[in-house]
Amino acid sequence: MEKIPRQKMPVQNAKARVKNFASVALGYTEEQAILEAKRCLQCKKPTCIEGCPVEIDIPGFIKKIAEQNFEEAIKILKDKNNLPAICGRVCPQETQCEIKCVLTKKYEPVAIGRLERFIADWGIEQIQDTRYKKQEKPRTMNNEQQTKIAVVGSGPAGLTCAADLAKMGYNVDLFESLHQPGGVLMYGIPEFRLPKKIVEYEINYVKSLGVSISTNVLIGKTKTVQELFDDGYKAVFIGSGAGLPQFLGIPGENLNRIYSANEFLTRVNLMKAYLFPEYDTPINIGRNVVVFGAGNVAMDSARVSLRLGADNVTIIYRRTEKEMPARLEEIENAKEEGVKFHLLTAPVRFIGDENNNVIKVECLKMELGEPDASGRRRPVPIQNSEFIIDIDTAVIAIGQNPNPLIPRTIPGLQLGKHGNIITDEKTGATSIPGIFAGGDIATGAATVIEAMGAGKRAARAINEYLKKSN
Amino acid sequence: MFKILGKTEPATNINKFIIEVPEIAKKVLPGQFVILRLHEKGERIPITIADKDKEKGTITLFVQEVGKTTTEMGRLKTGDAILDVVGPLGVPSHIENFGTVLCVAGGVGVAVMYPIAKALKEKNNKVISVLGARSKSFVILENEIKNISDEFYLTTDDGSYGQKGFVSDVLKNLLATCHSPLANIVFAIGPVPMMKVVSEITKQHNLKTIVSLNPVMVDGTGMCGACRVSIGGVTKFACVDGPDFDGHLVNWNELTCRLSLFKQKEKESLDYYCKLKSA
Ligand SMILES: Cc1cc2nc3c(=O)[nH]c(=O)nc-3n(C[C@H](O)[C@H](O)[C@H](O)COP(=O)(O)OP(=O)(O)OC[C@H]3O[C@@H](n4cnc5c(N)ncnc54)[C@H](O)[C@@H]3O)c2cc1C
Ligand SMILES: Cc1cc2nc3c(=O)[nH]c(=O)nc-3n(C[C@H](O)[C@H](O)[C@H](O)COP(=O)(O)OP(=O)(O)OC[C@H]3O[C@@H](n4cnc5c(N)ncnc54)[C@H](O)[C@@H]3O)c2cc1C
Ligand code: SF4
Ligand code: FES
Repeated sequence: MEKIPRQKMPVQNAKARVKNFASVALGYTEEQAILEAKRCLQCKKPTCIEGCPVEIDIPGFIKKIAEQNFEEAIKILKDKNNLPAICGRVCPQETQCEIKCVLTKKYEPVAIGRLERFIADWGIEQIQDTRYKKQEKPRTMNNEQQTKIAVVGSGPAGLTCAADLAKMGYNVDLFESLHQPGGVLMYGIPEFRLPKKIVEYEINYVKSLGVSISTNVLIGKTKTVQELFDDGYKAVFIGSGAGLPQFLGIPGENLNRIYSANEFLTRVNLMKAYLFPEYDTPINIGRNVVVFGAGNVAMDSARVSLRLGADNVTIIYRRTEKEMPARLEEIENAKEEGVKFHLLTAPVRFIGDENNNVIKVECLKMELGEPDASGRRRPVPIQNSEFIIDIDTAVIAIGQNPNPLIPRTIPGLQLGKHGNIITDEKTGATSIPGIFAGGDIATGAATVIEAMGAGKRAARAINEYLKKSN
Repeated sequence: MFKILGKTEPATNINKFIIEVPEIAKKVLPGQFVILRLHEKGERIPITIADKDKEKGTITLFVQEVGKTTTEMGRLKTGDAILDVVGPLGVPSHIENFGTVLCVAGGVGVAVMYPIAKALKEKNNKVISVLGARSKSFVILENEIKNISDEFYLTTDDGSYGQKGFVSDVLKNLLATCHSPLANIVFAIGPVPMMKVVSEITKQHNLKTIVSLNPVMVDGTGMCGACRVSIGGVTKFACVDGPDFDGHLVNWNELTCRLSLFKQKEKESLDYYCKLKSA
């Protein structure tokens, strides 16, 4: 039998797309999806599932796509994954499910992520807003019998935990400090990679399960976790993410037009600075932008910079391409769009003009030395290799630490070295009974799917905890 | 949506709002602020909570019209609503019985000072207040502050009310004529140049000085780093580590420059708004 090739993802042309914020990847057509689905061997012992943190029945949903039974496919998908349209777009499949696909060894893996996106989008198209509303479960708010659970933070961890608990029949109230739910999905990941409408659809789905979402509530300030218990919540899940931006710690870092990636991306994604002055939040971007770091956050910042009109955008990273933590697809997209890479390079200091605007950055060349504790070869500076780059704007995207606000306001909560909440990996239980946590607040900056996995495990554990304490 | 239960214009360009936010009214302490957003397309801006009424569930804000958002807010009326209000944010001011405290406030900073001075009085401090404004029509909360002050001074830049001159002139005078230490601590709140000058003067007298910093903010929860300020050479986030800091340790030049970061854009935004309004 002639082999079907792995179906290519249709994308917006690189030249055109750097001028807009519309989706880069356009999604499979129905024909492509069915063809791709037919490539799956339907393994008896599907290794792909092992790579999926939320254990989706991958061959199951793919089979239904191949049979053109999309309705069944989406059911199978949603059984395990409450946010498939998001995962289908941002999960690093190449290091998770697809790397474990048996086809990978000899050939190319099944495009599991693209199929997931296809079927999730199909689902969204079917369900009109009105049907969501009709579906919304009535909540029995003052019913003493119904146990109330509070979820803090509306990123993928919190949304997943809330959705699963609601599916089990609990009364779930989700509290979010920003004015819009979604966490990094809303304020971090740009529109061209994850349309905000898609995030809103998925959030509406979570609401339709009966979860009530309150925005503008900063737990620890507006209300403490203790006060949540006083209000009658029987358990609290904390999914407050890794919101504390790391800086380089080099001279000149507080000069004007040096942004943390969080500020830069929040201005653009959440506050829509790219539509200024129709929207009120401004952003300054010059002709030459440098971005420090090489993870997803750095790629997003670089690609946003291009779309805001910068002429030269350069990623500065102290290791080599091999060590870059970003998703493969995003690195490729960035290159195609014209982002330049200065690898094995580290900044030493920023230089400003008389108005404190950054105008230059001094860098050092690096080489890779012996492996460090993480097993990665450590970058070592090369003596006397200093050089200077002219810049107008710098974005620092070298990582985030766990958001310290909540941990600081829960007396006795056990914390790790970086301020992360220490949890039992299997249950998300913290050192305080009734308080569970998961996602980036526990692990440090990680991935959407890992945060979802943690939310799922915690929901299960909360259910068991409540049954036991009854 | 958060309802405006009262709106007045107590001074030129300064609007007073009473807003229904029971959760925040219940919790707020002196020195804390909210971040609000007027509507879907709005910017998030920080405003200090000048007063509260726990029973009625309201907070009071004094907002000076300086740019697009504050000007637009000035158009709102009693009965209108604000889309988002989150808080109370920031570390509450440190209040204890210091002995004698000197409260120096200028412009809309007087509104920020009011709850702090009131709390200091309740802790039985002797309160010496020095208020400043551009001219008579810009003075706010005069009687309220006077009522809780043991000594009270008022200046206007143009001499249209109180003494002619700046708060720093009064401060210098008090320090020159005083034989024992004038106060155990100074609170200085107002425009950056004023806080800077006051801190420079008190430093010469080794008088501990607390200032309330107002850098540009976005989230106000410690997530974005927009509000970073250098305090004694260390980077702090004003929204979660402040807004109160030791005035003698602040890098004033850096703060001044960072506040001008969006000047051009802010002008564009206001022009755009004015054009829309007149069209
Ligand atoms: C720019 C960027 C790009 C990324 N790209 C990818 C990608 O392509 N693929 C991938 O898998 N991962 C990616 N990630 C990582 C991924 O987004 C995170 O790992 C994931 O969002 C973590 O989920 P979470 O639920 O733990 O936290 P978050 O998504 O951070 O959500 C936490 C939420 O809690 C709220 N909160 C915080 N404190 C409080 C409080 N005190 N009270 C109430 N609410 C609070 C926050 O406002 C936020 O909404 C990216 C991250 C960034 C920043
Ligand atoms: C903790 C804190 C408490 C404050 N309390 C009060 C108060 O009680 N009453 C009051 O009138 N003002 C207060 N401010 C200042 C107020 O936030 C700004 O005046 C307002 O954001 C200006 O918005 P705009 O769109 O009208 O003006 P813009 O045209 O955007 O800016 C005018 C000037 O305001 C400053 N500014 C702009 N954006 C911000 C921002 N997001 N955060 C802080 N400053 C900004 C800049 O210096 C700018 O040059 C406070 C600021 C902080 C940080
Ligand atoms: S391992 Fe690959 S071929 Fe086998 S079931 Fe999973 S996706 Fe299909
Ligand atoms: S305003 Fe974002 S960290 Fe302070």
